[in-house]
Amino acid sequence: MEMLNGAQIVVRALEDLGVEQMFGYPGAAVIDIYDELLNSKKITHILARHEQGAVHMADGYARATGKVGCAIVTSGPGATNTVTAIATAYGDSIPLVVISGQVATSLIGSDAFQEVDTVGITRPVVKHSFLCKKAEDIAVNIRKAFYIASTGRKGPVVVDIPKNCQNPNIKVPYELSQSIHLRSYNPTVFGHKGQVKRAAKLIAEAKRPVLIFGGGVVQGNASENLAKVVERMNLPVTQTLMGISGFSGTDPHNLGMVGMHGTFEANEAMHNSDLVIAIAVRFDDRVTNNARKFCPNARIIHVDVDPASISKCVHADIPIVGDCNTVLGQLLQSFDEQDLHANPELDVWWEQIKQWRARNCLAYEKSDSVIKPQQVIEEVYAAVKDSGVPTYVTTDVGQHQMFAAQFFKFEHPRHFITSGGLGTMGFGFPAACGIKVAYPDAQVICFTGDGSFQMNLQELGTCKQYHLPVKIFILDNHTLGMVRQWQDLFYHKRFSQTNLDYNPDFLKLADAYDHKAFKVSDPKELRAVIDKVLSMKDDLVIVDVITDTDSKVFPMQRTGGSMEDMILAEDKED
Amino acid sequence: MRHVVSILIENEAGALSRVVGLFSQRGYNIESLTVAPTEDPTLSRCTILTLGDPEEAEQITKQLHKLVDVLRVSDFDENNVGLERELVLMKMPTPNRQLREEIRSLCDIFHARIIDVTPELYTLEFVGSSEEVDNFITTLNKCTDVLETVRSGVLGIAKGNHYMHS
Repeated sequence: MEMLNGAQIVVRALEDLGVEQMFGYPGAAVIDIYDELLNSKKITHILARHEQGAVHMADGYARATGKVGCAIVTSGPGATNTVTAIATAYGDSIPLVVISGQVATSLIGSDAFQEVDTVGITRPVVKHSFLCKKAEDIAVNIRKAFYIASTGRKGPVVVDIPKNCQNPNIKVPYELSQSIHLRSYNPTVFGHKGQVKRAAKLIAEAKRPVLIFGGGVVQGNASENLAKVVERMNLPVTQTLMGISGFSGTDPHNLGMVGMHGTFEANEAMHNSDLVIAIAVRFDDRVTNNARKFCPNARIIHVDVDPASISKCVHADIPIVGDCNTVLGQLLQSFDEQDLHANPELDVWWEQIKQWRARNCLAYEKSDSVIKPQQVIEEVYAAVKDSGVPTYVTTDVGQHQMFAAQFFKFEHPRHFITSGGLGTMGFGFPAACGIKVAYPDAQVICFTGDGSFQMNLQELGTCKQYHLPVKIFILDNHTLGMVRQWQDLFYHKRFSQTNLDYNPDFLKLADAYDHKAFKVSDPKELRAVIDKVLSMKDDLVIVDVITDTDSKVFPMQRTGGSMEDMILAEDKED
Repeated sequence: MRHVVSILIENEAGALSRVVGLFSQRGYNIESLTVAPTEDPTLSRCTILTLGDPEEAEQITKQLHKLVDVLRVSDFDENNVGLERELVLMKMPTPNRQLREEIRSLCDIFHARIIDVTPELYTLEFVGSSEEVDNFITTLNKCTDVLETVRSGVLGIAKGNHYMHS
C-alpha cells in the first residue's frame, strides 16, 4: 500500500474525491497541507481574503455546480471566521466540506496559541464533524465527510486535523475506499409505495391544488420531474425563496414566490387550496406566516428527504420520506399506473387564480428623477434574458434580495443563489466569486445593497488575483433598507441606526483594487449603463446604483396572520 | 408527558455532546441522562428522561435519528410502556442504635442494601422505578438527616420480546 504523510493524504484524498477547486486561507496549523498543495496538479486553490469569504465561495461553487464545495482554513481564528459561512450552508442544506487545522493533539486543551474547540464551536451548525486523532484517520474521515455532506439532506461537514497528524515525516498507509457504509446513517431514497399511490390519487382528485416546492428540488436535481408532474396534472406552482430557479419563472403554471414577500396570487392560492403538495420544503416561518392559520382547508402531502422536517411546523396528512427527485418519479409512474390525469374541474381554480393575478401585486410607481430598486432588477433581467449567455444571479440579504426574487425570472435550476435560511448579509459577493471559479464563461451577477456589500468587500482582491470578472450591482439607497422598511411601517418612522451616510466612494474603492466601476442615479441612463457593464466580459465591474431610499418590498404578510393577510403596495398609505 | 428516550449511539468522542447539544439547541429539557458502553464496546447506550407533549417527543425522536452517530432511538411513554430502573446511593449519619435499627428496618421493607458502614455513617443503595426511588428518598429523609443523595438517572428497556439491536 502507498505510504503518505498526513498532509499528502489530505491533498490526495481530495484529489481522489474529484476536488478540482478549493478555497481557503493558510496558517500555522495547515502549513504542511499548503506545502503539499503546491505539488498538486489537480487542485487549484483560491486564496480568499477572509475565511468567511473562502467558505461562502465554496458554498456558491457548490450551489451552482451541485458538487461538494471544499474549503481549508487554519486553527483558532481561521476556524471561528468560518462559523457564519458554515451556518449559512447549514441553513440552506448545502454540501460543503471544511477542513480546519488544529493545534497538535498534545496541546489540545492547553489553551495553546490559535487553539479553539472547532468541532464544539461548529457543532450546532454542521451536519456532522470529525476530529482526526492520528494521520490514519484523515483519509477515512474525509471520505465520510464527502459522503455525508452530499447525501440525504445535504449539509456542511467539518474535518478538524491537528498539526501533528499532518507531520511530513510520519508516513502511514493511504487507501481511499470507493464504497462507504455507515451503520448509523442510511438516508431514505424511495418513498413509501402506498403513500405515493394515495398522494397521486389525491392530486388527481383535488379541486384547488397548489404545488409548493423548496430548495430541496434545486439541490436534489428534481426540476425535470417536477416540471413533468406540473405539466401532467396542470398544477399551479409556487416556490420558496430557496426554490427559485427550480421551475421555470416564465411558465404560466408558476405563481411566483410564496411567503412573507411572496406574490398575492401565490399566497392566496395557498390559503384557499384544498390540497398542498409540498415538495422538499420545510415550512419555515417566513413561508407559513402563523403556522396555526396555515392553509385552513387543505390536506397536505409532504415529501422530504429529512423525516424531521415532516410535521415539524405543519402537520402532514400524507408524509412521504424520500429523495424528492425519486419520489416525483414514483408519482409520475403512479399517475400512469392508475391512469390519472389533470382534473378538468381545475379550470374554475385557474380562473380564480387569474383574478388574483390581475391584482398585479408587484406593480410599482416609476419615477423620472429617482431609480426604483425594482427597476434595476427588471432592467438587468431584460438585458440578459435573451443574451444566450448562461446567467447566474447571487444576492445578499435585504430588500434587494426580495426584489431580485420577485422580478428576475429563471429558466434553469441553480441559477439563483441566495442565503435564505440564515439570511447572511455579505454572502452574495463571495458566492458569486465561487460561481465564477466554477463557470468562467458564465455571466455572474451579484445584486447587493450598500449595507451587505460592505460586509465582505475584501474579496475584491481575490477577484483581481484570480481574474473573476463578476458584475456587482449595488442597490445603493444609503440605508439598511429592510430594517428601515420595518421601522417605517411598524416603529413610527423611528430610524434607529439604519442610515448609511458614510458609505465609501465605491468608484474609488473599485479603483483601489484596479477594477472598473460606474455610478448611475438617472433612471434614463440606467439601461445604457447595464448594457455597457454586461458587455465588459473581462472586467469586474461595480455599479453603484443610487436608488430610492423609501421604496418598500410588497406584498408583505402581516406578522401573526394567515398567508393571505398581506399588505399590498396599493394600501401602503393606510 | 414523561418520556424515557433510549438511544444507541456510536461510542465515539463527541457523540454524546451532539445528543446533549440537540436538546439544548432545540429547547428540550433533560431531566436525567445516563450513558455507558454496551456489550459491543463500539456502541454506547444512552437513556434520557424528558418531558414534553406528543409533538415535541416526536420531534426529539426524529432529530435524534438525524444525528449521524445515532443508530436507534426508542421512546417509552405511557402509551409505550418500557421497563425502568433507577439506582440511588445515600449517605446518612447513624449517631445512635435506635436510628441504626430504624434505617435497617426501612432497608428491609424497601429491599435496599447497606453497602458501606463506618462508626458514624451508613451508605445505602436502592434500585427501583423513579417513583419508588422518590418514595425511598422521602421516607429516609423523614427519619434522618440525609447527608448526600446520588441518583443514576433512569435506565429504560423494552418490555417482553422487543429489544433494540444494532
